[in-house]
Amino acid sequence: MNIYDLTIHELKEKIAAGELTPVEIKKAFADRINDVENKVKSYITVTDELADEQLKDFDNKKKEILAGIPIAVKDNMSTDGIKTSCASKMLENYKPPYDATVVEKLNEAGAVIMGKTNMDEFAMGSSTENSAFFNTHNPWNLSHAPGGSSGGSAAAVAAGECAAALGSDTGGSIRQPASYCGVVGLKPTYGMVSRYGLVAFASSLDQIGPITKDVEDSAILMNVIAGHDPKDSTSIEGKKEDYTDYLKEDVKGMKIGIPEEYFNLDFDQEVKNSVMSAVDKLKEAGAEVETVHMTDASYALAAYYVIAPAEASSNLARYDGVRYGLRSEHASDVSEMFTNTRHEGFGDEVKRRIMIGTYALSSGYYDAYYLKAQKVRTLIKDDFDRIFNDFDLIITPTAPTTAMKLDSNKDPLEMYYSDIFTVPINIAGVPAMSVPCGFDSNEMPIGLQLIGPHFGEGKIIQAAYTLEKLLNIKDKRAEL
Amino acid sequence: MIDKKDVEYAAGLAQLKLDEEEKEKYTEQIGEILDYVDKLSELDTDDVVPTAYTVPMKNVLREDKVQESLPREKSLSNAPDEKDGQFRAPKIMSD
Repeated sequence: MNIYDLTIHELKEKIAAGELTPVEIKKAFADRINDVENKVKSYITVTDELADEQLKDFDNKKKEILAGIPIAVKDNMSTDGIKTSCASKMLENYKPPYDATVVEKLNEAGAVIMGKTNMDEFAMGSSTENSAFFNTHNPWNLSHAPGGSSGGSAAAVAAGECAAALGSDTGGSIRQPASYCGVVGLKPTYGMVSRYGLVAFASSLDQIGPITKDVEDSAILMNVIAGHDPKDSTSIEGKKEDYTDYLKEDVKGMKIGIPEEYFNLDFDQEVKNSVMSAVDKLKEAGAEVETVHMTDASYALAAYYVIAPAEASSNLARYDGVRYGLRSEHASDVSEMFTNTRHEGFGDEVKRRIMIGTYALSSGYYDAYYLKAQKVRTLIKDDFDRIFNDFDLIITPTAPTTAMKLDSNKDPLEMYYSDIFTVPINIAGVPAMSVPCGFDSNEMPIGLQLIGPHFGEGKIIQAAYTLEKLLNIKDKRAEL
Repeated sequence: MIDKKDVEYAAGLAQLKLDEEEKEKYTEQIGEILDYVDKLSELDTDDVVPTAYTVPMKNVLREDKVQESLPREKSLSNAPDEKDGQFRAPKIMSD
C-alpha cells in the first residue's frame, strides 16, 4: 500500500515504530496532491507552507494524538491568516484574523494541515457544483460529482490527498459526500463540536465532524475535536468520552430499527439491496433487527427547507461590504453598495435560499412557514426519541442514489431530494454516520447511515466498526 | 401562491438586486419549493410547542470582566476601506 492510502491509525503506528517520519509522510501526501489534484480538484487552497511550519513543531507535539498526520479542512472553517472563502466570491480574498476552535484543536493535537477544501458556496448544495470557483470530481469516476456540500473534503480523503478531513453538516453535507466517495463521515450530536469560527449557514443545524478512511479514524478525530467551548454558547457541557473505547467487534443484543417509511421512499434498488444485505450481516452477528414506523421523511425535508433558509437569510445579512469580504466598486451611496455587493458576491443557490428564508420570515408568513416548521421539528424530534426508547440505533441508506453525474442540470427540488435520508437527523439534532456498505453495478460506492440518540456516538462507532469488519471493503481505494 | 411582487418584496428586504430574468426564475422555483413546503399543513400541530434547539440550551453568562480581544489592526485587516482605524463606508445621507 502507498503511504497516501494509509489511515490515521496506520500512520501513527508507522511513526511510533520508526518506519516513517512525519517529513516523509507529508512529502508523500504533497506529492499525491501534485499528481492527482488536476483531476480531482479537492482543494481551493493548498497550505504547503503552513504544513511545513507545523512539521517543524513535531518534536514538541510527538505525544499528541495527531502528531505528523496530514489533515484537510473545509473552506468554511476559519484559519488565521489563511484564505477562508466558503467557495464564494463574497469571501474570495478573506483571511480570518483568528482560528476556528476546531482548527486550534487540530494544531494542538499536532496535525499537519494540507489545505482548505472545495464546497458548495456557503455549504448550500449537495454536489459541490455550487462552488463559485470550480467543480470537484469524484475520485471513483471523474465524470461524477463528489456530493456536497463537503465534496472537497470527501474527495480529498478518497483520493489520498490527506489522511482525513473535517467537514460540516447542516442537512447531510458530511454524510452524503462521504457516501458518494466511499469514505466514513460522522455528523455528531448538535453541540458536540464547537462551531466557533465555522462560517454560519443555519446555526441550529450546523455541526462539524470527521470524514475519514475508516471508523477507527473517525473515533480518533472525534477525540480531538469534541468538547465544550466557552466561545460557542450552544456547545454542550459534559464529560469527555474516549471514542476509541467503542472500537469493539460486537453487536450482540444491539437493537436496530429499520424505518419502513424511509425504505418505502422512491430510491435506487441497488442502494436498497446493498443496505439490506449489510443489515442482514449485522443480524447474523447477533444484532436484533426490527421494522419500526416513523413520520415520513418528506415532512422533515419540508421543515428543513423553511428552517435552514430562514436561518441562512439572517446569518448572511452580515455580508454587506462594510467590514470584510467583497465590496462592490459600483455604488454611489451605501444602499447601492449593499445591494450591488450582494448581487455580485452571492451565487444563484445562495440568493435563492436567502429569498426563501426572507419570505418565510416576513410579516404575515412567519406563522404559516417558520413557526409551523419549528412545530413540525418538535414532532420529528419526539419521533426519534420514541424509537430510541426501545432501540439503540436506526439504519437507513445515506442517499437515495450513488453519486450523480456532474452537470446533470437538476432543478432545485430534485437536488434537495438527495438529502431526504440525512436531513431528518439534523432536524432532530441526533448523531449519524455514513459507512461504505458496497458498490453499485457502475462500481460507485454506496453508503449506509447509522443513526443514534443524542450523545449516542459511541454505539454508532461500535456498530459501524463491527460492520466494517464484516464487510471487509475498507481497504478498497479509488484508482486514479 | 407566490408572484413576482412577492419576490420583489423579499428581495428588497434581503438587500438583493435581481434582474428581470432572475425575478421570473425565482418566482417559479420558489413557488415550487413553497408548494412542497405546504405539505407541512397536513400535520396537526395545534398543541405542539415549537423547537428551536433539539438539545437543552440555557443562557450563558460570564462575569463582566475585560478579556483579551482582537487588536484593532487585526479586526480591520479585511476592511475594504478604512480611515483613522475605523471602517469606512460610502455616504449614507444624500446631498
